[in-house]
Amino acid sequence: MILLKIMRIPITVIITTLAIYSCTPVKEYQKSRLNDGEMELSSRQVQKTEQNFQSYREGASGANGGKTGGGCGCN
Amino acid sequence: MKKICLVVVGLYIHLFAAFSQTIDSSNYKSRKLKIEEVNFVSSYYHQDGDNSAVLGGIGTEKLSDYANNFEVKLNNYDKRKRKREWDLNIGIDYYTSASSDSIDPHTVSSPSHEDLRFYPSIAHVITNEDKGITAAFTGYFSIESDYESYGLSGSISKTSKDKSREFTTKAQAYLDRVKIILPIEFRTPETGGLYGAPNEHDYPWKPRNSFSTSFTLSQIINQRFQLMGLLDLVYQDGFLSLPFHRVYLKDGTEKTELLPSSRFKVPIGIRANYFLGDRFIIRAYYRYYRDDWGLIAHTADIETPIKITPFFSISPFYRFYTQTAIRYFAPYMAHLPTDEYYSSNYDLSSFNSHFFGIGFRTIPPKGVLGIRQINMLELRYGHYITTNTLYSNVISLNVRFK
Repeated sequence: MILLKIMRIPITVIITTLAIYSCTPVKEYQKSRLNDGEMELSSRQVQKTEQNFQSYREGASGANGGKTGGGCGCN
Repeated sequence: MKKICLVVVGLYIHLFAAFSQTIDSSNYKSRKLKIEEVNFVSSYYHQDGDNSAVLGGIGTEKLSDYANNFEVKLNNYDKRKRKREWDLNIGIDYYTSASSDSIDPHTVSSPSHEDLRFYPSIAHVITNEDKGITAAFTGYFSIESDYESYGLSGSISKTSKDKSREFTTKAQAYLDRVKIILPIEFRTPETGGLYGAPNEHDYPWKPRNSFSTSFTLSQIINQRFQLMGLLDLVYQDGFLSLPFHRVYLKDGTEKTELLPSSRFKVPIGIRANYFLGDRFIIRAYYRYYRDDWGLIAHTADIETPIKITPFFSISPFYRFYTQTAIRYFAPYMAHLPTDEYYSSNYDLSSFNSHFFGIGFRTIPPKGVLGIRQINMLELRYGHYITTNTLYSNVISLNVRFK
């Protein structure tokens, strides 16, 4: 367990690097699925209020394109 | 003979016409500022629970929030063929809070306190499409009865030549101030808010500053799969408590919340979107968070949009969240008089939460309800429950005009 805890960051970096380097090139005309509105990597506009209440009601924030801290009387 | 000559001349002229200049409109880029899209988002949020921070960790947390956000995106191209976008955003929230009554129970005759928050922002984005570089600058402002915020951010993005990878770095600063409205029993002639005192309506302010640097890297893996990694480094200093949060100690005495004057946060997240088959999409998200107040949190989120038709989709979603308490938290009447810092705000306690619901999205080619300008309509409902009695419901609507 302790070994897993220590190794989790290097494991994550290795997996991410392998994922990036195993990518296959995608031409513009092959991006019909990637360009679908539901495939956007950002949060939806309609989720603004959800992200706001989560930043007020939870101690954690950030790494989601929303507030990282400040701008409101939130955590 | 004449006919043959005429035919030959006609063919000759026709041959010339094939090589004559034509107007190439494919690279035309308008220099006139035009509206790209308009978004209107409206939400209703309602919560309740039994651990109000205003009452020291007990009592109702009933609160309703009506949030509205209006966004206009404009763009044009400059002389150097760079795309320039302006993003104007205005947010107005109206909320009522039953527990805020208890800051000063003698002043409010209605069941709940109310407040209005106004928060505009303006962003300017410059994109050099040939070089794949985008720079953005944003100014923010927020005001409500007890909090003011002034924010500024700048970011730069670089897209790879094959457009499969994008790296963004962003720096952001909020210079805020908190109005020090103490619970009625703590007010003195010096604190403001004391009935009959000359400064009855004057409250002091204390600063709260937040600085962050963010990094994102997005990568297309293949025709169906793309990933994004996000990392934020956040530092806050100043008055990080809330002045009207009560804390009841073990010995029966009472204080107002006191937290350290600095906080360092590190959230790191990953998003993965996968297009399964022809109709199913999987949107997954995980975040690990840690700060120097002792809070560790994990967030895992999955959403599975189902494309019923190319223009209508249903998206059920589920989010799990878990956090440990900050080291300065203790419940009602559990803090010791010798504690250096103390809070009974259950938002900073140890708990798990579940958030689940469903969304509907329609983008008909002829416009919503046949109105061509209404490009998209999205409706989303979610129910939120926690292991510390708080629960809430939120319903949101997004209408996009193009």
